[in-house]
Amino acid sequence: MTKKGIETLVGLFVLLGLAGLVFLSLKAANLGTFGNRDGYTVSARFDNIGGLKSRSPVRSAGVTVGRVTSIVLDSKTYQGVVTMELDRSVLFPRDSSAKILTSGLLGDQYVGIEPGADEKNLAAGAVITQTQSAVVLENLIGQFLFSKAAEGGSNGAGAAAQGVKK
Amino acid sequence: MPNERPTEPDALIDVSNVTFGYDGVRTILEDVTLRFARGKVTSLLGGSGCGKTTLLRLIGGSVAPSGGTVRFDGEVVDARDTQRMFRMRRRMGMLFQFGALFTDLSVFENVAFPLREHTDLPEVFIRDIVLMKLNAVGLRGAAALRISEVSGGMARRIALARAIALDPELIMYDEPFAGLDLISMGVAANLIRTLNDVTGSTSLVVSHDVPECMAISDHVILMANQGRIVAQGTPSELMSSSDPEVRQFVRGEPDGPVKFHYPAPPMAEDFGLRAEAAA
Amino acid sequence: MNLVTSLGERTLDVLRSLGHATFFFADLLRATPAAMRRFSLVVRQIHAIGNLSLVIILASGMAVGFVLALQMYYALVTYGATESLGLIVNLSLVRELGPVVAALLFAGRAGTSLTAEIGLMKAGEQIAAMEMMAVDTKSRVLAPRFIGGVVSMPLLAILFSAVGILGAYVVAVLLIGVDAGNFWSIMQARVDVWRDVGNGVVKSIVFGVICTAVALYQGYETQATPEGVAYATTRTVVISSLAVLGMDFVLTALMFSTA
Repeated sequence: MTKKGIETLVGLFVLLGLAGLVFLSLKAANLGTFGNRDGYTVSARFDNIGGLKSRSPVRSAGVTVGRVTSIVLDSKTYQGVVTMELDRSVLFPRDSSAKILTSGLLGDQYVGIEPGADEKNLAAGAVITQTQSAVVLENLIGQFLFSKAAEGGSNGAGAAAQGVKK
Repeated sequence: MPNERPTEPDALIDVSNVTFGYDGVRTILEDVTLRFARGKVTSLLGGSGCGKTTLLRLIGGSVAPSGGTVRFDGEVVDARDTQRMFRMRRRMGMLFQFGALFTDLSVFENVAFPLREHTDLPEVFIRDIVLMKLNAVGLRGAAALRISEVSGGMARRIALARAIALDPELIMYDEPFAGLDLISMGVAANLIRTLNDVTGSTSLVVSHDVPECMAISDHVILMANQGRIVAQGTPSELMSSSDPEVRQFVRGEPDGPVKFHYPAPPMAEDFGLRAEAAA
Repeated sequence: MNLVTSLGERTLDVLRSLGHATFFFADLLRATPAAMRRFSLVVRQIHAIGNLSLVIILASGMAVGFVLALQMYYALVTYGATESLGLIVNLSLVRELGPVVAALLFAGRAGTSLTAEIGLMKAGEQIAAMEMMAVDTKSRVLAPRFIGGVVSMPLLAILFSAVGILGAYVVAVLLIGVDAGNFWSIMQARVDVWRDVGNGVVKSIVFGVICTAVALYQGYETQATPEGVAYATTRTVVISSLAVLGMDFVLTALMFSTA
């Protein structure tokens, strides 16, 4: 095999490998769906962030418009502070609300933003004030049992239900 | 054509009190002192395992002696000093027992290898030099062949061409005649002698082959186990020696100072016989 | 007492050869810059190691993709979650099977050929001849092969995964009838380029270093006999495979622990 022939084949091999990498990254992963377009940062405070993680998606009307960049605990107010980066081309009114929702029944959690009605929009570094925490299953069961007990027995069951509520 | 040994030979290689063993368990060479005269063909003869090849490796710096020193042209051969070895080895050429040609390269590429590695000569010069070296060994027409296509005798000649590619001052031959037919042996012997005379280099031949070595050497050294030097001198001196060890080796007698039988318990023991009462 | 002393001796032997191997590896790394300057040698080795392994890698990748799609389908159909088939196949390949299986195949095909080649060169005194010609064999013979292996391994692993996904697509969508849109979209939504694909590539680079270094070491240290070379090639495969699987566990724990 001539030297040129070998070099050509090796070049082809490397090219094929890079093409495979591009394929894996764009078609089989999430690189193409959320590009590196500039974003702006906003934050929101939640009583309970549930299962939200860094890099969880931020969606509005189901469309991904950003990512969670960091989650920290505010040691003064004991609330979770979620910082997110939103796509620069999407702007939300200042009174929009942020909820932590679950995709599907048992899927990953994400931040859902519902637009408000304000004329002014959220600027970079703004804080979303209307928030709804994640649903915690135990609390849900507790509430359910409590409400069941409350409607089921107005006599002595109410006292028993008191004991059920955490 | 030197007939007598000069009293103070100009030694290219000086082996002083060298001791060497591979594992420290078996000593291959024990306190060996030798000198190899510049510009001469010296043969190292001896039975297998007497340390001849090891001596070559010590001179070439592949291994380091555990005691004593080896000097090449006055400089100590230190196997551990890679920079110095690099410099020294460029002045040495070695012909390995079966050629040790690079099987993935062609004949031409094999001979060109040292030139490409050590010089920046342009391709045209390299081509000329390679073809000249191949011509010296009679294989200029074989330049395009692959190594798998050449015979054993040809392989050795190609290896020789490669060993002399940089015109070394010292050429070492490790069993150059082993396994060759008579014609090839004659060719090889002729080449060794002619090269030595024409280039003025020093040749060191390690071999078992008494007739060929005697025919081409200026000086012959006969070694025995642990590198013990049995005798040294001109070929005629050794051929006419009366020392029984020398005679046995030079004439190829099966039994003599070098015993035929490997040390073993008496036959009676091994075969379960009872020794007969002494007659 | 004999058992204890022989056990002790064996342990010391293992430690000594481990130390010897470490020095060898350090020499190999030190010889790498010199080898990079002779780039044509490296290219030749990438061809010998990478290009010539393509057939087995691509064929195996496709086969693994087929089988994964089938098996995962049978598992997911009970939970009605078959639209996640693409995602599962992708993650299995890109995170684990791609790097690991490609490394095992590499050890078997390229590793043994490297060991045999170096071992035979040593047996035929080619290495000694080169050293006598004052050529550093580590930079001229070993390092180009090392670089060739480290460069080829990630490329082969990527191709294995890519072909596997395509193979799974063929089986899942064209044969079984899983929805094509879901196959790709769920995969694209949930597979993270840096975490999944990127870590897989890092793994395959590590495996490439391991397999190539082991193959070269076994060849270089082999005894110059036919049995010696045969034994050395066996050891290459065994040691490479065990090392790859062991490192895989360590790397997976480091990279994919839920964070």
